[in-house]
Amino acid sequence: MTMLHTVNKSPFERDALTACLSMAKKGSSVLLIEDGVYAAMQGTRFEDQVTQAKAEVKLYVLGADLKARGMAAERIIDGIQVVDYGGFVDLTTEHDTVQAWL
Amino acid sequence: MAKIKKFLYVNRKAPYGTIYALESLEVVLIGAAFEQDVSVAFVDDGVYQITKGQDTQGIGMKNFSPTYSALGDYEVTKIYVEKASLAERGLSQEDLLDLKYEDEDDDWAEKDSIRLVSRAELADIMEANDVILSF
Repeated sequence: MTMLHTVNKSPFERDALTACLSMAKKGSSVLLIEDGVYAAMQGTRFEDQVTQAKAEVKLYVLGADLKARGMAAERIIDGIQVVDYGGFVDLTTEHDTVQAWL
Repeated sequence: MAKIKKFLYVNRKAPYGTIYALESLEVVLIGAAFEQDVSVAFVDDGVYQITKGQDTQGIGMKNFSPTYSALGDYEVTKIYVEKASLAERGLSQEDLLDLKYEDEDDDWAEKDSIRLVSRAELADIMEANDVILSF
């Protein structure tokens, strides 16, 4: 059984990302959306935490939310995959359940 | 005429995820239209409000970031950005909108509105204002 986790809060403002990563099981996926996309960027205070998480979970970020916020896809952490809304739908169908960390 | 008060708008939220950033911008413009002495501060996630290159077509929301460039025309010329907030987000001033104003006391020379400040300096600025509105 695999789970897709979504995180939609800025890691600087809420602890949704930290909570998610503390409970996401090996092999599950984490999709960063809305203000959650800031966690995908290089050079933030959370870069080490996100980089470590890559060993356990697959990380995705929603491209439209990056673009809206002026965050360049070239500056996301290596290994995080950018998906569009179609990719978001695919992820939800490929996993058994979706857990939204609000 | 009533005494002109010093208003400081403190922005601590990222744009789009909540309505705070847009609401703040609207209130800043209203305050400026009433000829008050308006300053704007961006701290913590608020610094994300004035990043360059925002393109909201994909999320179906209005991109209000170009409006920040109009603040200079409303005589909102003091825009404080807290340095450590930029640094911990992997950002520098180059990632921010190039906000300018024309200085009427200096032959309308074009000047930068953004002033990078430390948390301590921002604390002093807060203390020096009559009214603080937080978003």
